[in-house]
Amino acid sequence: MSHTTSSASPTSSAPPILEVRDIGKSYGAIRALHTVSASVGVGEVLCVLGDNGAGKSTFIKILAGAHAHTEGELLSYGQSLTFTSPRHALDLGIATVYQDLAVVPLMPVWRNFFLGSEITTGFGPFRFLDVKGMRDITKAELGKMGIDLRDVDQPIGTLSGGERQSVAIARAVYFGAKVVILDEPTAALGVKQSGVVLKYIAQARDRGLGVVFITHNPHHAYPVGDRFLLLKRGTSIGSFVKSEISIEEMTGLMAGGAELASLAHELQRR
Amino acid sequence: MTLTAPTATAAPAAPPVDERLTPAGPIVKLLRRPEIGALVAALAIFAFFSLTTEVFLSPAGVSTWLYSASLFGIMAVAVAMLMIGGEFDLSAGAMTGTTGLIVGVMTTQWGLNVWIAMLIALAVALTVGASNAIIVMKTGLPSFIVTLATFFILQGVNLAVTKLITGSVVIQGMGTVPMFDQVKVFFGSSFTLFGMSLKIAVIWWILAIIVATWVLIRTRAGNWIFAVGGQLQSSRQVGIPVMKVKIGLFMTTAGAGWLVGMLMLFDVSTVQATTGIGQEFIYIICAVVGGCLLTGGYGSAIGAALGALIYGMTLQGIVFAQWDNNWLKAFLGGMLLLAVLVNLYVRKRAGVRS
Repeated sequence: MSHTTSSASPTSSAPPILEVRDIGKSYGAIRALHTVSASVGVGEVLCVLGDNGAGKSTFIKILAGAHAHTEGELLSYGQSLTFTSPRHALDLGIATVYQDLAVVPLMPVWRNFFLGSEITTGFGPFRFLDVKGMRDITKAELGKMGIDLRDVDQPIGTLSGGERQSVAIARAVYFGAKVVILDEPTAALGVKQSGVVLKYIAQARDRGLGVVFITHNPHHAYPVGDRFLLLKRGTSIGSFVKSEISIEEMTGLMAGGAELASLAHELQRR
Repeated sequence: MTLTAPTATAAPAAPPVDERLTPAGPIVKLLRRPEIGALVAALAIFAFFSLTTEVFLSPAGVSTWLYSASLFGIMAVAVAMLMIGGEFDLSAGAMTGTTGLIVGVMTTQWGLNVWIAMLIALAVALTVGASNAIIVMKTGLPSFIVTLATFFILQGVNLAVTKLITGSVVIQGMGTVPMFDQVKVFFGSSFTLFGMSLKIAVIWWILAIIVATWVLIRTRAGNWIFAVGGQLQSSRQVGIPVMKVKIGLFMTTAGAGWLVGMLMLFDVSTVQATTGIGQEFIYIICAVVGGCLLTGGYGSAIGAALGALIYGMTLQGIVFAQWDNNWLKAFLGGMLLLAVLVNLYVRKRAGVRS
């Protein structure tokens, strides 16, 4: 088993936007995550792979500022810090797109797009929403992502899974995210819709964003990823840059032992 | 989740319309409005009592049911905002009694300045509202249970304390309190419009509708109210100050209870210790009839106001028609059931999935 930990960024020598060193988190007596190191830089995609219960959720919560880490170090642009709230992480340009997408299904698309960061006009107690402005920006921003909605007033719950995912990504990008953390964006999607989401990930990367892509599917991760962090039972079982690992090796590491044989068989038939 | 792409590939020559959506016609758009069902019902009830009773459309009749509707309406609008924000307040009815009693006792028994007494009553109301919110948010208990407890506490305190201080369950003699007439101008006066003598409560009601609608549709706070009621977890994730929103909502409802308490006190110059008991469910029914979802995240202030209008018209219409008053409750139940069914249907028509 080749186990390589690369600490230097392959694309630039500047400090990565977001880096964790031997990070961990305990909930009381339960160690949900320990000694995990990874980093993501400008225009990079870090894929975090692991099966259910591997610690992916805990990892995201630390990066997103939802839970403070209890071990190790978290650095943004080389500066060590501890997030106090999701707002804190957001202010540093770290946006998280959760599995439930943090959207309110009954609310219109444009209201969801600007939720929590609404544009207002007027002053003092008479501040009110710039409805037209927000509608127009929503339509334009979604257009840039290649999503053409005829009506941004429709409840976001009426969009398809891929579309909703894309709206959430577009929202993060528009609000100046430097790093977008995507929590299993393809987990609930069909093949075609997953492809759409992978395309948006590549698009976000090309626009100079760092992307943290959490998934349990190596076939989704490998084509877009630059770095791969493999988690198992709350700890890292390997951290690789793309040139160091093939998709077969990665799948093997993830599945391990007995499951590997049947999986390899399944893969060969493709 | 659906994949509807195949239809697009089957007809490549089709004009570049968005194939994922059927066009939303004006009727569907209208049906998407939460208050549409209440509007239809209000018109029907208005027509019914106008045709079957003589008093209903007379100036005195209109004045009566508008006043009735306005008192319920102010509360219904506040309760609707709270329900859109995903919470209930069962203590809202008792609050109208508590605030009235505080002012009554302080002025008639202790001789306190009436304006100061009103400020104290408002402060008490807002404190109770805030504590409701804090308990609900800190414990995660349903607001239904927490405010049910508050409701019983207020109900008991209203009766016990009033009896303790005055020896009876009613406070009279507000009219002789200094500066009573001054306050009455704002809370208990009447004005003439189109030959009808209307109570000033109607103006407060209209103000409440305008302010609530403005806040809900055109301000950040309104956006946040819909969000916290629609999907609490998402709201937290996008950085909405959930706690502040909920505290604000509970305080608004309590504040509305104070306003209605004052309106009733300065209208009749007396206040009973049982004032407001049993009304809390009527506010909720008005809001639901007006299109608010019990699960939160959807509804409108105008709808709730229409719900209150329906209640006011029916309450007085049954009196005008000289029917047995008990029919009101049966009607109310039927109306609620109908409203819930219509809401369900409308939501399906509007294509809202989850």
